[in-house]
Amino acid sequence: MTTTTTTTTATLRDTSRLLAVADNGGGPDLDTHLQVHGPAPQLTRAAERDAVSDALSRCGLTGRGGAGFATARKVDLLARQRHRPLLLVNAMEGEPASAKDRVLLERSPHLVLDGAQVAASLVRASRIVLCVPAEHGGAAHAAHVALAERARRHLDPVRMELAAPPARYAAGEESALADWVAGGSGLPTFRPDKGQPMTVRRSPVLVQNAETLAHVALVARHGDGWFRSVGLPEAAGTTLVTVAGAVERPGVMEVELGTPVGRILDWAGLPGPPGGVLLGGYGGAWIDGSDLDVPFAPAALRQRGAAVGAGVIGVLSAGACGVAETARLVAYLADESAGQCGPCMFGLPAVAEDLDRLAVGAADPALLERLRRRLEVIPGRGACGLPDGAVRLAQSALRVFGSDVANHARRRPCPGWAHGPTFPTPGVRRMSLWTTGTRR
Amino acid sequence: MDHGHETVSELQLRVDPVACDAFGYCAELLPELVTLDEWGYPIVSDRAVPPALLELARRAVAECPRRALSLEVRQRAVKPKRVRLASSRR
Repeated sequence: MTTTTTTTTATLRDTSRLLAVADNGGGPDLDTHLQVHGPAPQLTRAAERDAVSDALSRCGLTGRGGAGFATARKVDLLARQRHRPLLLVNAMEGEPASAKDRVLLERSPHLVLDGAQVAASLVRASRIVLCVPAEHGGAAHAAHVALAERARRHLDPVRMELAAPPARYAAGEESALADWVAGGSGLPTFRPDKGQPMTVRRSPVLVQNAETLAHVALVARHGDGWFRSVGLPEAAGTTLVTVAGAVERPGVMEVELGTPVGRILDWAGLPGPPGGVLLGGYGGAWIDGSDLDVPFAPAALRQRGAAVGAGVIGVLSAGACGVAETARLVAYLADESAGQCGPCMFGLPAVAEDLDRLAVGAADPALLERLRRRLEVIPGRGACGLPDGAVRLAQSALRVFGSDVANHARRRPCPGWAHGPTFPTPGVRRMSLWTTGTRR
Repeated sequence: MDHGHETVSELQLRVDPVACDAFGYCAELLPELVTLDEWGYPIVSDRAVPPALLELARRAVAECPRRALSLEVRQRAVKPKRVRLASSRR
């Protein structure tokens, strides 16, 4: 996970909220944070907690970790539990192309911690565990320093600690994270009823993404009207995105929800029409490189089989091959499978091999039909969403790179297949070079 | 539940994918509701277990060597339209 990413400080927008400190050149320290954002509200009285809880329901904030679940509903469910919950701040950011949670923690750790304290007050959490993998050294360091600053000033009512779970792709999946915090090996667990909270030693667990909590900190300060003043009516506020791949200034940006994808890419320096755009993350979906007017918001993306996901916007250059890139990404996801569920453990390597053969022009006549059938049967049958995400990506590739796929299937791969990887796929072996005639 | 909607309880088969080790007994006992994928793992129908198959479904659950199969109760909202139809038929 060695994405080299910088923050693109685009000052042409007035939607700098989470990155307000960073965009004004401020440091990550507590004094700067308090100067820019003001003190966090103290939620000692029930009426104050109710007011923030109501604001959270009305603002429409959804989780920024990938699943996009309504934050207020999750908080309400946990607030109704008999035992006091444990709050896990999820800054695992396992998506190799994503850097937004890391950048947020490096630039504005106190906003995340304020939000964690607010959420903890709302659900009466006994303890907060901030989960940052040790591999994300800058973020882990910033979190450590920020926690020490706050402890020195006795700022927080709820105890906070820093934990460093392993940096695997699925380690940040909420049941995997809860399992690790409970002393397990950090693998996703099967939860037949996702409407029931997970528990760690009898404590119900609330898992919230780091960016989501930073939004919570601002909603608690400024209210839902303020939050809704930017973005779309049905998807309000700003969101952090990581622009990756073939742009001049890859990095993390804060944008209004509903901003056209093309405008975001212009800010990041799009050199020319892309060959395709990867949205959400590796378990996301491709959209056509000419479809850049699409608003970056859940409803519009859903129509294209894509999602906001973890906020990745990845640009494939026109000269690269979408089929080969997809083959590498699916191979990565297959490698990251925890190997617990059959359809994922066997299905993803099979899909990855099909895509690999397709990419290099070694497809057998039955390949496309076989691949499509495999993509049909895998989804919905794993403990976590990893296999479903890999299938979503592969299906979107067949759709978006359709004519290219047809040529590849006729063993006429596009020249782009030899183009190097656009997105990091740590651990994935070099694409196999099937010599002609390996398969009849 | 939604206003004016009624719910019915029905039974549905569910596989714990982590526990399942592809023994395949379920598909052998209950091909009407369970098929196997090419790797031998069960694909369980999401339709309710019909009364005629309930006994077999219970056996499939009991005989899974990994205890990965279960019968779960689910609530299904019945649309008012259907309720009206049923009552008018009486």
